[in-house]
Amino acid sequence: MKVRVTVMLKEGVLDPQGKAIGHALGTLGFAELGEVRCGKVIDLDVPANDAGAAVTQGEAMARALLANDVIEDFSVEALS
Amino acid sequence: MKAGIVVFPGTNRERDMAQALRLTSGVAPQMIWHRETSLPSLDLVVLPGGFSHGDYLRSGAMAAHSPIMAEVRRFAERGGYVLGVCNGFQILTEAHLLPGALLRNAGMRFLSQDCHLKVERDGLAFTRRWTSGAVFRAPMAHGDGNYTASEDTLDRLEGEGRVVFRYATADGAVLPQDRTCNPNGSARAIAGIASENGRVCGLMPHPENLVDPAIGGTDGAPLFTGLIEALAA
Repeated sequence: MKVRVTVMLKEGVLDPQGKAIGHALGTLGFAELGEVRCGKVIDLDVPANDAGAAVTQGEAMARALLANDVIEDFSVEALS
Repeated sequence: MKAGIVVFPGTNRERDMAQALRLTSGVAPQMIWHRETSLPSLDLVVLPGGFSHGDYLRSGAMAAHSPIMAEVRRFAERGGYVLGVCNGFQILTEAHLLPGALLRNAGMRFLSQDCHLKVERDGLAFTRRWTSGAVFRAPMAHGDGNYTASEDTLDRLEGEGRVVFRYATADGAVLPQDRTCNPNGSARAIAGIASENGRVCGLMPHPENLVDPAIGGTDGAPLFTGLIEALAA
């Protein structure tokens, strides 16, 4: 069962990568762009038979390692 | 003083740290590979700088879960002294031995330059050779040194006297918004902090690289001579 963990910096945490990407998009002519935030996507093939159990495993892994709760939030979705 | 330096894949400052400890204490520290599951009898454990595990996921995140870190945690819980410099500081925060986190530098650039540090908390084993307000020069070399924590945590660290070093001008002015003296944009210009018992200390700059007059000065030496005194007592 595959799950996707999305890790994003928390609201209010400075995201210099997002800012730099936004700046680059502006120079490419994409005008009036709002805030840009940059995060990580981690796909996991977990040993579970249903989506609920798979998401629970993904959340446990996110809390243990994949996200740092001081600076990041995460979400987990079942892919298949 | 018996010191051990933990070496992870990608650590690259362990020899600088060993040289600083050897010069100041006269005793060569032991190198401890991260796969080890026990620590020898030690007075001090050092987590040196580098790019452990290639900074994959987050700087220090993988190293924080290396086998040896369970032992380092037990050592700290028994009141042992632990010093983390640069990547070592990042590892200590990822292992929750120190609060907060180190984000990408505010200006996005890797910074390899000198900075000035103001001693905010004297009297610790790490700072007993200085008095509060003293300023010393230290090299810095990092991409992820922008210290952050919740406002509550920052207030608690300040209230408990656990902010040990701040980035400052050469004459000791602390200007958190000024990137010339707080180069990585750290919250409240914090460069180093300590645990509640004052025995676990992490900082981003490298005092170990200024202990020998032959390579530019001895500004960082008081950290090591103080530690040696404190741990011999």
